[in-house]
Amino acid sequence: MTDILDKEKILKIREVNRTFIDPNGNEKRVLDNINLSVFRGEFISILGSSGCGKTTLLRLIAGLDQVQEGKILLDGERIKGTDPKRGYVFQQGCLFPWLTIEDNIAMGLKARGVYKQNKHRVQEFIDKIGLTGFEKNFPHQISGGMAQRVAIARALINDPELLLLDEPMGALDSFTRAEIQNMLLDLRKERNTTMILVTHDIDEALYLSDRIVIMTPRPGRISEVLEIHDEFPRERGSSVFLEKRAKILERFKLARSVRQPEYMI
Amino acid sequence: MNLILTLTGFILAILVNLFFPQVAEGVKLKSYTIGGFAIDDNLAYRLVLLAIALYYGIYRLVLFVKKANQEKIDKFGSRAKFRFAIGIALALWDLLGTKLLVLPQPFFPGPAVIMDAFLGDMAFIWKNTLYSLRLFLSGFVTGVVVGIATGVLIGWYPRVRYWITPVLNISGVIPAVAWMPFALTLFPTSFSAATFLIAICSWFPVATMTAEGVQSTPKAQFEVARTFGAGQFYQVFHVAIPHAMPRIFTGITTAAAFSFTTLVMAEMMGQPGGLGYYINTSKVWSAYYKVFAAIIVMAVLFTVILKAVDAVQNYVLRWQKGVVR
Repeated sequence: MTDILDKEKILKIREVNRTFIDPNGNEKRVLDNINLSVFRGEFISILGSSGCGKTTLLRLIAGLDQVQEGKILLDGERIKGTDPKRGYVFQQGCLFPWLTIEDNIAMGLKARGVYKQNKHRVQEFIDKIGLTGFEKNFPHQISGGMAQRVAIARALINDPELLLLDEPMGALDSFTRAEIQNMLLDLRKERNTTMILVTHDIDEALYLSDRIVIMTPRPGRISEVLEIHDEFPRERGSSVFLEKRAKILERFKLARSVRQPEYMI
Repeated sequence: MNLILTLTGFILAILVNLFFPQVAEGVKLKSYTIGGFAIDDNLAYRLVLLAIALYYGIYRLVLFVKKANQEKIDKFGSRAKFRFAIGIALALWDLLGTKLLVLPQPFFPGPAVIMDAFLGDMAFIWKNTLYSLRLFLSGFVTGVVVGIATGVLIGWYPRVRYWITPVLNISGVIPAVAWMPFALTLFPTSFSAATFLIAICSWFPVATMTAEGVQSTPKAQFEVARTFGAGQFYQVFHVAIPHAMPRIFTGITTAAAFSFTTLVMAEMMGQPGGLGYYINTSKVWSAYYKVFAAIIVMAVLFTVILKAVDAVQNYVLRWQKGVVR
């Protein structure tokens, strides 16, 4: 997949640090010297255990959180605040319960005042995510998997250059999860949108990504970037898959043995 | 079976009125001619009973014909005993209040005598009801609109919250009628003064609940809107206010109840019309049957208003779990 990409860097993250002040007034470094470049059309997974700062990094890219040190550039421009160019899919979907499925998807268009000329696209997206017939339903009437599909469509309808996915499949059962993963691959193939996925699921990262960024906690650092050279759609039981899986598992064990040697026997 | 039980009570009340002889003397029951028909107080009372019985009968029939769900049928059935008891109570009241005249008069007139107020005084009661309704609506609507506006400002701007919340809390503990003397001097007409009082007392619960609703909006919902490029204005009107809606309606329902109280009190303390005024004037003439008539009108009027609020609420909040379909 990487071969057919023109190697244009769409996103550059340079020497980004982020510290938070905890309730006791102590500084806590969440991100430490993060450097990463993302190519146009690429699918990147940020993989790590909870607390490694992967969501914080994603929020910085989205502009939901302020960069304190270092810089993040999208198309050479410094990121300042949120922008529909950077779509964001939240962990719990976060649909607006008072809007129908249709209106939830249309909300981004309406907020930017471009709904009228794009009205037909709402139905297109509903069909695309397989929710035809559910247009007038409210979020509480659909399943969690459907809600996540809507959340993804809701972000994609704004034609973002970059789609940021914050563990969107974290709360779903493995069958629904696989369905949505396939949907993401289809959407990506069709639209060539650059996607960054935050996840703690190794198989998910392997199934979807061109590159996997492995992060380790306290402070959050990028420990390794793995390239996965395997055609899409991938076979979950293939030898490449299993080999990379073993490699990643090894990395995490290694990381743990360095940090907490007392657990090693 | 439940329908029979429901109807029996009211039919019994009709039979008692029809066949029990008027034992006591001194009960003045009059007769009127309305639209060419001679109607006396007893007949009017029986017609009302018949109307109630017919209403229940037809309602049950509609449920049957429309094949309504079991839940509704059960609900109707579960009220049967209570409705039966109401019928019996009316029959007893008729006996004690009119037929035997055991209850002390003129304080506790029988149902037929109360009907006399409606027959003889209909035009005046109607006029006062409209006055009450007009006063209620102007005060209540003003209070709700201003309340939502204040609540949103409090919920959205910390500075407004700092300055307005104490004022709101103080005004909340003071019964609105206490402002009556000031209101009467500050406002040009007694109508606008009463409007002000009703507005104040409905303003408080609506503003408090709106502010609470806006403040409790999950941060993530604002963030979603922000990633769409939504500005502050959009976030307030399309995220914060819809999220606050269930609470706003809790506030509105409370406000309606507060407003009724204030309305009647204000009318009794100095309005040229309204049901409270009607009660006051009737009391002066010891026409207690008219007081009862006004109370009945109030009960009906306020029930209708609450039902209307309820209907609007069910429509606006149709997205909530359990409310839908």
